[in-house]
Amino acid sequence: MKTKGALVPVSLPPPAEEPEPLPDPRRSDVDEWGRSQHMRELAHRVYQPIYDNWFRVEWEGLERVPTEGGALLVANHAGAVPSDAPAIMHGIETELGRPVYGLADHFFKGAPVVGTLWARNGGVVAHPDNAYRLLREQDQLVLVFPEGSKGTAKTYSERYRLRRFGRGGFVEIAMRAGVPIVPIAVVGAEESMPILFKLPSMARALGVPYFPVTANMLALGPLGVLAYFPAKFKLKVLDPVTFDVPPDQPRYSRSRIMDASEAIRQQIQEALHEMLKKRRSIWFG
Amino acid sequence: MGRRVLVTGLGTFWGGRVAQALEADPDVDVIIGLDREEPSVKLERTEYVRSDENYSILARIVKATRVDTIIHTFLIVDSTQMSGRTLHEINVIGTMNLFAAASTPESTVRSVVVKSSALVYGAAPEDPVWCREDHRRKAPARSRVERSLMEVEGYVRDFAVDNPHVSVSLLRFSNVVGRDITTPLTKALQLPLVPSVFGFDPRIQFVHEDDVVRAMLFVLGEDVPGIFNVAGDGLLPWSEVARICGKRTFAMPFVGTNLAAAPLRRIGVDLPSELIEVLKYGRGIDNRRLKQAGFTYDYTSAGAVEAFAETVRLRRTVGAEPAYRYEEDVETFFRHSPAVVRQQGDGG
Repeated sequence: MKTKGALVPVSLPPPAEEPEPLPDPRRSDVDEWGRSQHMRELAHRVYQPIYDNWFRVEWEGLERVPTEGGALLVANHAGAVPSDAPAIMHGIETELGRPVYGLADHFFKGAPVVGTLWARNGGVVAHPDNAYRLLREQDQLVLVFPEGSKGTAKTYSERYRLRRFGRGGFVEIAMRAGVPIVPIAVVGAEESMPILFKLPSMARALGVPYFPVTANMLALGPLGVLAYFPAKFKLKVLDPVTFDVPPDQPRYSRSRIMDASEAIRQQIQEALHEMLKKRRSIWFG
Repeated sequence: MGRRVLVTGLGTFWGGRVAQALEADPDVDVIIGLDREEPSVKLERTEYVRSDENYSILARIVKATRVDTIIHTFLIVDSTQMSGRTLHEINVIGTMNLFAAASTPESTVRSVVVKSSALVYGAAPEDPVWCREDHRRKAPARSRVERSLMEVEGYVRDFAVDNPHVSVSLLRFSNVVGRDITTPLTKALQLPLVPSVFGFDPRIQFVHEDDVVRAMLFVLGEDVPGIFNVAGDGLLPWSEVARICGKRTFAMPFVGTNLAAAPLRRIGVDLPSELIEVLKYGRGIDNRRLKQAGFTYDYTSAGAVEAFAETVRLRRTVGAEPAYRYEEDVETFFRHSPAVVRQQGDGG
């Protein structure tokens, strides 16, 4: 007699051998996450000159990014309209030839046009289930900014001072998915669109996380929302962090998670200080 | 002894389809179909009992016929079919009475299959791309049909807890397309221009109507209790869905979309608010649990849409097949008259 009731499924048998694939008449290359390789290549072509000539992006330690298997890329976040995510995703995709999925707040998905473009270019809603599936089951590279909007919302006077790394959710996901965390320190994004002050009442009225008044806006007017200053970008990939815990556990020790989260934050913060010590000019590096 | 099955909503698309499929199964001895309306498909040996939507006579039927299986297909998921009040009566009150009748001490019911919908997950920006069966929505359900289905699932859960000897399977189906079914989405896809929401191109999942019926029979035959998502593999952008159907889209404004969709009602395409949310944010449900139980799909999401598009093209050229009409006297004659010569295995 099987145990029944309470809508609990009986233990299921292992899946049978792989059946014949069904006919799947797709007409576009948009994947389950909304990313389109075709769209991505188009974006690469448009962004390449900006990457090369405007930000003059320079990488250090790119070989530390795994060429196969899942990995969670973790970076500091800055710029009123973040300029670091496109630079990181573009750099890794063109150099390593493998896609990067960027996790971000669901605020983007709810925004018309922006949300669709964001998804086609590899943006995914930051939900633990999404991250797990990408990392554990599909062995993809996933980029996350644990500071979230707290990082991009900080004013110029607080530049390169890392905010709280959320509640350490990114560490828990990496543990559960059994993938390494690859920290990345980004210098330059802070100066590409510095926030002078914020208007909370405007943010409330528009329903956006924050409403910044940037130096770009003062210099260029409304156009400043889209125009970055040509700050020199330097990105440094730090030593990957692995966790010696078994994957797929229902829970992980909260203290371990917070310790690891803080250690990674510290690692990035120190790398930033090192990089800033050597930086002679904001514009020329 | 074979199974004795009660199907609710025999007159609806799903009830009729399930009864037809059950008739082909020699292990099923008795099929009793309940509905307010007459069946709309041809049935050989299913007994049709007229009832009101609240199943007030149900306890007596269960007792008299000693059914061991209930397939509850009579849940309305298309809120454009009727008023909110009727929908509530059918979904919530109907289910409540159904389970009240099935859980009397002398009840012979041993397995129950309920046809619910992925609508219970809602569609919101904060949702994961794939909802698993244990996903709990964050935003409260605002539309009437979603609320009613969540209440229905509450009754199903209570019944399963109170009756541990009964195997209860709850299936949540994605957007159905296929040869015969008509839903707000299939109507929208047959317009010269397919409505979409400006700035949004959500990924949507589909399931073929044949897979829906097969899934219900599968959980019945395999006796797998629990909650299962049923949907084809893959997610398609809405623009691609339109393209498979050979159509272009036109954009409705993203604010006041409900208002903008209202004129479509005039031409018979009613897009209720719960579907507008899907046309903005999309919805994917993880179908792996049912696959793990051994079910194999015949169609992927794209395959189901393609099958639908092919049917539409064929129908445009040769017209619709003549509809079946239920004539009570004739049906009763064929089923019960001693004058009708029955072959072995013909049932009856």
